[in-house]
Amino acid sequence: MTQVEFLNIVMPFKDKVFRLAKRLLVSTEEAEDATQEVLLKLWNNKKKIQEYKNVEAFSMTMTKNFCFDKLKSKQAQNLKIVHSNYEDGNTSLQKQIELNDSVDWVARIIEELPEQQKMIIQLRDIEAYDFDEIAKMLDMNNTAVRVNLSRARKTIREKLTNTHNYGVK
Amino acid sequence: MVLNNIEDLLEKYENGETTLKEEQQLKHYFSQETVAPHLEMYKSMFTYFLGNQQEQFTKDIPLKTKRTFNYKWIAVAAVAVLMLGFYFKEPMITSYEEYAYGTFNNPEKALDEVTKSLAMISSHFNKGTSTVNYLNEVNKGRATLGYLNEIENTTSIIFKN
Repeated sequence: MTQVEFLNIVMPFKDKVFRLAKRLLVSTEEAEDATQEVLLKLWNNKKKIQEYKNVEAFSMTMTKNFCFDKLKSKQAQNLKIVHSNYEDGNTSLQKQIELNDSVDWVARIIEELPEQQKMIIQLRDIEAYDFDEIAKMLDMNNTAVRVNLSRARKTIREKLTNTHNYGVK
Repeated sequence: MVLNNIEDLLEKYENGETTLKEEQQLKHYFSQETVAPHLEMYKSMFTYFLGNQQEQFTKDIPLKTKRTFNYKWIAVAAVAVLMLGFYFKEPMITSYEEYAYGTFNNPEKALDEVTKSLAMISSHFNKGTSTVNYLNEVNKGRATLGYLNEIENTTSIIFKN
């Protein structure tokens, strides 16, 4: 497999990998590193790529596992420091897509969710995968995905309502 | 779109029962400028989702083709070295032989050389045999020892009696 062929396979979902990594690791730099790492692993195993039924789903699972490892490892202790840089990276994004303050709140609320729910929100509401794919990526069953998704959505809505009212009242 | 419809969809949405298509409708609805005021908080939620979709991975991927060293080439190199070795060694041996043993074109000179070397061999041979002559002395000594035996014989005869 040549580099071009590989890139043709990888290009469509590399952003999704990056966004999932960022959802879990929070910092943009960490997410970039994770994405590179995942793509490199794919490249090194390029001979097996034809055997995978769904390269995209496989890569998402890889990303998830890689990020969990990252979070568990000692390196994650330093994440706190990186985390303070996070605001900067976010403001450029904010400007870029002209988000207002309450949209920023959504990001913060999602960040507080448990990891499982974070990932499901990311995969469903942002990347728009169907339930079967998500279930496969996260190694869960279909109903569990639905339940977690529903919980996450309700939490976000409740917290948003609170902050809205906080501003008004 | 009818507001009722949206509210129904939102309820389904919160229960995780909406299809992707219905979610698309919701996203579309909330991307409008104005939404119903009591649904305002959903707007920020969906704009966030849409906005986040735009984020891209901009870093380039350093794809290195892994250079696995091919040991085949070592064999090729070894063979090449061997071939070169044989090629260059052959003429050197023949020239060395010519130099070492020499072939004489002149028969007289050849005879000269042969007698010279034969003479050398015989002189050395003689030197060798002259040293072996000392062994004769040893034989002489053994013969004198024979006399001692005879003395012993006579003494034994005396003691017997």
